[in-house]
Amino acid sequence: MTFRKYLVLVGVAVFGSVGDSLLSRGMKDIGTISLTHLQSLIVALSNLWVVSGILLLIGFFAAYMTALSWADLTYVLPATSIGYVIIALIAKFVLHEQVTTARWIGILLITSGVGFVAGGPALTPLPEHSSPESEQAHEPELASARGNS
Amino acid sequence: MKHAYTWAAILLMVTASVTGDVLLSKAMKQVGDVGDLWKSHGIFHVIGNVLRHPLFALGIVAMTIAFFALLFGLSWGDVSLIAPASASLTFVGNMIAAKLFLHERVDRRRCIAVAFVACGVALLAF
Repeated sequence: MTFRKYLVLVGVAVFGSVGDSLLSRGMKDIGTISLTHLQSLIVALSNLWVVSGILLLIGFFAAYMTALSWADLTYVLPATSIGYVIIALIAKFVLHEQVTTARWIGILLITSGVGFVAGGPALTPLPEHSSPESEQAHEPELASARGNS
Repeated sequence: MKHAYTWAAILLMVTASVTGDVLLSKAMKQVGDVGDLWKSHGIFHVIGNVLRHPLFALGIVAMTIAFFALLFGLSWGDVSLIAPASASLTFVGNMIAAKLFLHERVDRRRCIAVAFVACGVALLAF
């Protein structure tokens, strides 16, 4: 893994969590959307918070696509799990939502679980490179090889 | 009732999101390493290759459904519940889908992680 690739993973985590939080802030302004008044969704698209959230989520999407081009799906998702912690902190200190002790423990468990996965290799090796040693040592080359196959 | 709507939105988002993630992952693996392609052929070549891929288009449709499910969910519930719950359930669903459809290696390390995530999601409901 190169520094650039770690930077892409950080981008996925930060853009995703901050984008979700901005959307949440905007949707609180709009209020509850009823299934019989779907035009409220169009109104939501004129809200500055919602638009900012969407822009950040576009950044998230670009970073996510880039990460998926050289890593397993089951690596990218856990490796960017720090976003859950960012969301909890934003919800607590910026949006002033109530985050109960049980939810904090849940968030910690999720982060521990996905962090555990992130310690493994980024890409499932090809059959001819199936040993763990060769997989760790040649991870970038494997990613490149699989990507170009 | 609002609680039931919130969880319905979460379930819809998870289903659409897993479908989208698998399709997009498959498409991006076939496109190749974006960084390498950017260096060798330029950004427009990369964007063109991605946008022309049929699985990418299908993935976007699934992700769009997931996005609107998220918007509905956020109007009914707290972001600190919806975002981690939907993302974590998506993670579990992706784990299964990635093994079945993308043939990724899901070893014991990843299975234990799923148990951690499932417990964490259960706690988020309280």
